[in-house]
Amino acid sequence: MEKYWGFIIPAVSVLVALVIAAFVIMSVGKNPVEAYAIMVKGAFGSSAAIVNTIVKTTPLILTGLAVGFGFRAGVFNIGAEGQMIMGALTATAVGINLGWAPPYFALSLTIIAGMLAGAGWAAIAGYLKAKTGAHEVVTTIMLNWIATYLSSYMVQVPLAVGSGTPKSPEIAPSAKLPVLMKVGPMEMSAGIIISVTAAIVMYVLLEKTTTGYEVKAAGFNPYAAEYGGISISKNVTMSMAISGALAGLAGVVELMGVHHRFLGTLSGGKGFDGISIALIGQNHPIGIIFAALLMGALRTGSNEMQFAGISKHIVMIIQGIVIFLVAADRIVRTMILWRKRKKVKV
Amino acid sequence: MYEEYAVVMKGIVKRFPGVLANDHVDLFVRKGEIHAVVGENGAGKSTLMNQLYGLLRPDEGEIYVFGKKVEMKGPKDAIKNGIGMVHQHFMLVGNLTVAENVVLGSETTKGRVVFDLREAKKRVKELSERYGLHVDVDAKIEDIPVGMQQRVEIIKTLYRGAEILIFDEPTAVLTPQETEELFEVMRRLKAAGKTMIFISHKLNEVMEISDNITVMRLGKVTAKLITKETNPREIARAMVGRDVVLRVEKPPHEPKDVVFEVENLWVKDNRGLDAVRGVSLKVRAGEIVGIAGVAGNGQSELVEAITGLRKIEKGTIKLLGQDITGLDPRSLRNMGMTHIPEDRLKYGMVLQYPAYYNMILGKHWWEPYSIRGFLNHPAIFEDSRRLFEEFDVRPRNINMLGGNFSGGNQQKIVVAREVSSNPKFIVVAQPTRGLDVGAIEFIHKTILRLREQDVAILLVSMELEEVFSLSDRILVMYEGEIMGEVRPEETNFEEVGLMMAGKRLEEVRA
Repeated sequence: MEKYWGFIIPAVSVLVALVIAAFVIMSVGKNPVEAYAIMVKGAFGSSAAIVNTIVKTTPLILTGLAVGFGFRAGVFNIGAEGQMIMGALTATAVGINLGWAPPYFALSLTIIAGMLAGAGWAAIAGYLKAKTGAHEVVTTIMLNWIATYLSSYMVQVPLAVGSGTPKSPEIAPSAKLPVLMKVGPMEMSAGIIISVTAAIVMYVLLEKTTTGYEVKAAGFNPYAAEYGGISISKNVTMSMAISGALAGLAGVVELMGVHHRFLGTLSGGKGFDGISIALIGQNHPIGIIFAALLMGALRTGSNEMQFAGISKHIVMIIQGIVIFLVAADRIVRTMILWRKRKKVKV
Repeated sequence: MYEEYAVVMKGIVKRFPGVLANDHVDLFVRKGEIHAVVGENGAGKSTLMNQLYGLLRPDEGEIYVFGKKVEMKGPKDAIKNGIGMVHQHFMLVGNLTVAENVVLGSETTKGRVVFDLREAKKRVKELSERYGLHVDVDAKIEDIPVGMQQRVEIIKTLYRGAEILIFDEPTAVLTPQETEELFEVMRRLKAAGKTMIFISHKLNEVMEISDNITVMRLGKVTAKLITKETNPREIARAMVGRDVVLRVEKPPHEPKDVVFEVENLWVKDNRGLDAVRGVSLKVRAGEIVGIAGVAGNGQSELVEAITGLRKIEKGTIKLLGQDITGLDPRSLRNMGMTHIPEDRLKYGMVLQYPAYYNMILGKHWWEPYSIRGFLNHPAIFEDSRRLFEEFDVRPRNINMLGGNFSGGNQQKIVVAREVSSNPKFIVVAQPTRGLDVGAIEFIHKTILRLREQDVAILLVSMELEEVFSLSDRILVMYEGEIMGEVRPEETNFEEVGLMMAGKRLEEVRA
């Protein structure tokens, strides 16, 4: 039983959240069955819907992985947002100057630049924690603001192009991610492949390598880790850097696969969504893929619901309840065990 | 029925899934006595006591308190029947005062609504004076020493009208001095007519304080003894089910060259005060050097400095002739130093890791466990299984999480890991803290086997008995300094005791 909790808790939480939200939908005089049907249709009902859902899911997987990796290593990286911005911004700076380069070179250089920027940005917080004990929650939040303002300066002054919303020029065509599928105006880029690959790499890193062993040991019990010859300060900096690289990659795929230019709204809170996704996915790379898909689907489906006259904020309610229940997993455990005990008595 | 008994538990059966925790257990406790319940970890002592205190309900059997049959649905009923429990882990609120903690849950009130602190203080003071419990009613719990916190727990039970007090391994958290103070309190409570049940697996304490003894093993009562008419050997046999060597035989063994050397070492504690002040010592191959002393005299800091876990302010450390001052734990391990830490839960194990991962902590980067950065799981499993066999870790399940093993088996995992990496020098700190006699014997034998294999061993222990029976030389530490060096065969407890209290060897022998 214990082995499956990681799966059961999020699953039950989602079900409970859907039931509670159903009552909310009824209380505003709508039919919840109908509302959910519209939502599912909006998320998966057509190839355009599916593409839309996958596009929304792609960066969420990566920010979820970023935060989840941090949790496994015992650091709370609340700065995925800022790292995502820095990743996208750096990738932009590189990508707009690669018109001369062949695609394989332009693609890998832009991706690596973005990941390094995210890693470096996060490593600042890691280094500060290792050297001075400054808590990473505080420093990453501060770094988020710096990244936000730095990027808005960049697209208004040195990288600015055109009028209207501040934006950068488009990156070189060779630095755009190849399109896997095109439905109407919706394009699904190879970003989803990058995201899923990143999850698999993270799984292998955590479960199969000596580094993963050290990272998890330091996350579970830093004292025992240090006793066992694992340098905590090195580990904190490295874990933050890996986490930041994943967040940076999220910015990169948004840039190279969706917008093709840096916009102020590019990150749009996806870094923070990573926290909820990591939580729902129980910090497990595969769990995070599904949690991100759930979030992506809820987002796309909610738009459809809005057209049918049901506020899309219902989705926020569902999301909130799921996070609450997963975070307070005792409640779900007790609910399940209580039902079991009642059955035994009967 | 059973008028002369304070507590009678008859034919108690308690089953847990897969375990028969109590198998028709009888316990007879006379009024006004101190009754010891002893047994190894997992023998069913705590289960039995939890039933007496109403935390668990027996599947079969009857409980009588002062001759009256009782059925307890919870601790409230137990308290109503005059039973109080002094828990091993104190149930106190750190930032409330002593008086507030005592009355918490049954507060004194003015007009049924307003908390009457003055009345509470008065009643707590009364109780504390009547039984000589010496507590400062206005002090905050977090500011007072562990021994005093325990006395607050005792006052709590007395305040609720306890006539029967259950002490669940009360000395596990105490220094020898605090233990003595606790026994003084228990004697005073006994003189005042209270009945006490004393759970323990420390035989010398049981011999000192109890009147009668009930011994448990694997959920059954294996002996009922009168303390005056028995001896530790007999109790140990009933506990373990076989003859136990309480003091291992130490064969003569000629030490070889100096392996480890500390010269004028200075180390600070967490508060920035000098904890180790100019310690020098040498350990030779095949020699056990024991460090005796009361807890908190710099032993922990000394061990942490030697093993690379704490910064060294001044002085040098050499291993096999090489200067290793200030090296990190990883380099030290690569050079052949291992360490059995005093706090196995904090340092020795990752409780969330399965046993097989705990078996490689501190050597996980060595081949065959790690090959080109990847963990070699087959080799890890194989070695863990072999070590589980060799060190008799139970249950024989290498997949079980570290935190789910009993204390004795956790320690066996730590010992197995540290001993099996062929150390040249091993630091052994408090190797048997909280273990039962069977496990202690095993660990002592393991340490002596290392000595046979010419490993240099530094043993730090608060248990004087342990230091005496294992060491070739004994250094006594007091306030960060070495008070003197003695050989166990040329000294006695009294001499070492005086050094532990701060007298130098020259003064003691003068």
